[in-house]
Amino acid sequence: MGIFSKFFGALKKTKDAISKKISQIFVGELDDDFYEELEYVLVSSDLSVEASSEIVEEVKKLAKKNKVKTEEDFKKLLRQAMTDILTLDEDEDTYPTLYTIVGVNGVGKTTAIGKMAHYYKSHKKSVLMVAGDTFRAAASDQLTEWSKRAGTRIVKYGEGVDPGAVVYDGIHSAIAKHDDVVLVDTAGRLHNKVGLMEELKKISKIISKEWSDRVQTYLVIDATTGQNALQQVEMFNEIMPLDGIILTKLDGSSKGGVVFAIAKKYGIPIKFVGVGEGIDDLEPFNAKEFVENIV
Amino acid sequence: MALFGTLGEKLNHVFSKITKKGTLTDLEIKNAMREIKLVLLEADVNYLVVKDFIAKVTEKSTGERVMKSLTPGQQIIKIVNEELTALMGSTNAKLTVASKPPTVIMMCGLQGAGKTTMCGKLAKMLKKQGKKPMLVACDIYRPAAINQLKTIGKSVDVEVYDEGTAKPEKTSLNAIKYADKKGYDTVIIDTAGRLQINEELMTELQNIKKAVNPSEILLTVDAMIGQESVNVATTFNEKLDITGVILTKLDGDTRGGAALSIRAVTGKPIKFCGVGEKMDDIEPFYPDRMASRILDMGDVLSLIEKAQANYTEEEARKLEKKMRENSFTLDDYLVQFEQLKKMGSISDILAMLPGSNKLKLNENAIDEKQLAKNKAIIQSMTKKERQDPDGIKGSQKKRIATGSGTTIQDVNILLKQFSQSRELMKQFNGKKKGGLAGMRLPF
Repeated sequence: MGIFSKFFGALKKTKDAISKKISQIFVGELDDDFYEELEYVLVSSDLSVEASSEIVEEVKKLAKKNKVKTEEDFKKLLRQAMTDILTLDEDEDTYPTLYTIVGVNGVGKTTAIGKMAHYYKSHKKSVLMVAGDTFRAAASDQLTEWSKRAGTRIVKYGEGVDPGAVVYDGIHSAIAKHDDVVLVDTAGRLHNKVGLMEELKKISKIISKEWSDRVQTYLVIDATTGQNALQQVEMFNEIMPLDGIILTKLDGSSKGGVVFAIAKKYGIPIKFVGVGEGIDDLEPFNAKEFVENIV
Repeated sequence: MALFGTLGEKLNHVFSKITKKGTLTDLEIKNAMREIKLVLLEADVNYLVVKDFIAKVTEKSTGERVMKSLTPGQQIIKIVNEELTALMGSTNAKLTVASKPPTVIMMCGLQGAGKTTMCGKLAKMLKKQGKKPMLVACDIYRPAAINQLKTIGKSVDVEVYDEGTAKPEKTSLNAIKYADKKGYDTVIIDTAGRLQINEELMTELQNIKKAVNPSEILLTVDAMIGQESVNVATTFNEKLDITGVILTKLDGDTRGGAALSIRAVTGKPIKFCGVGEKMDDIEPFYPDRMASRILDMGDVLSLIEKAQANYTEEEARKLEKKMRENSFTLDDYLVQFEQLKKMGSISDILAMLPGSNKLKLNENAIDEKQLAKNKAIIQSMTKKERQDPDGIKGSQKKRIATGSGTTIQDVNILLKQFSQSRELMKQFNGKKKGGLAGMRLPF
């Protein structure tokens, strides 16, 4: 119930956008005009033209085959098509795991780590944060604040320190203390900046050398981001193969529709969604629930 | 990486069969508009804005005659480009200065848009212009936001005023009194990032506005924002009556369709953009460049203009004749180098080409020195050698290399390039007019 209601609040605007608009255009004939409008409706939620037209083609076929007449039946089909896109094979979480959190500037990486720390902590895991963002002014202060709120350990140095060194020490601290979850924060970087991406490559090398247990790399994406999210996935994925997406700031009226495009094009699952400003406002992602609250 | 190819390619495809017609039929325009619509949507322009825009461009395109030098595809691009530029405001807008100092600039925007960093950039820019700016830390919610501003302030050598987590409207009011006393002429207020649907925090912004009556209220927007841009801009504008917009993170590879959406729904100018991570990386906003970027077409129009301006009709005719007769010689090759140089550096030219920002251009890939070298090599040849490069023998190559201060390999490379160029020209001759040849190529 908790999750559901939070989703409901967070996605209410999205639901208004998609569901209500469908009601508006659903005036009888399911003709080409209707489907073109439908495509617009989906695109207007950042679904990408590609993903939208695929969904539209799919429901068009199904609607014809099943002789769908009512709005509710139609929405059911649409929900199914959309859920299908987001439903991907994922492996079970095991521990210990080291999570590297990457993303462009300002998407809420540090905040997401704070909330993740709280999440794992409340699942009885011991958590260590590693302040690998030594670039942004006061980033490690911000993470320290989160470590206090979540009640976890943190490894950090000052600004301008080689992030590789922080990560190295963090890993060995976690190994020594047998932590279940290690959360590595990294500096936000625009994905087309070669130098910064090289730095990330270095961090990735240190991790694979020093950490022998399970590793996961999550890309944080701001739910208000448009089609550029695809480029972000592509470029980060090249450097550190991505295991999951964390969708943040879904508490706006933003739609996060771009996750459909990501799932379709790259097959990378969404792991968490940030639905508010509180420390416990991070939820594991559930495709069916997500879609049901949109359409 | 372009998902669907550039707009230019798509339109050329749409018009490929009709290049010779004087006017465009309704169906052709309709097809072209569908392509443009997709391009704009892929660039994250809001779909309502797209709909409006398409309606306008359709009207303009219908019945308009195809200009002599442009193909229908290019003409439509030209109309689209002009309309886009006009929509975004034709010139760049400057900061308003208060008649009685200090001028107060209030920043606002969603979380993570880059407000705090932008405060520092603005301060540094103003300092360079001879102003005396001061920063005020009013983001009392995000952990360490005040520290971040202080660090930034230190790096640009600008004082940062803060009262810890006191009420922002009180802090900002005191800050202005303080600035007045200390002789600062510009005060930049950093505020907490917020979602536009957060009523409480919006009220806080309104209170700050009431307290300090700013000359500028600048909405900071992440250039990567999607369809949501319209809601964000509309709400901030309704609540605060913003005076302008700053687009951040434009150094990414986003097409930045938000710029168009925001301008269209608020009518407020985009004043600056953030183009990098350093404190100097702030630029005035150029509507025309943004138009091209959204269309993903590079600065093709300036390129065409440049090529035409640097290339006289007569030269063009001469070259064309030579190409047709396959009598292109190394002398002509030399002239081509000169033409190229007149147009600016090759990297500049390439940067204007569509899709080039996606090519991940290696800056060293085009070597201007190589050009100079080639020039020297040709100039070290005799007239006969230039006319008939195929007949150049080993001993001659050695002489040419010594004369031009290069090596025999360099000479060989140049000769090979030349014969490849000649091959290419033969192929062009084989093709019909229109298509690529319709646009007069400078090389």
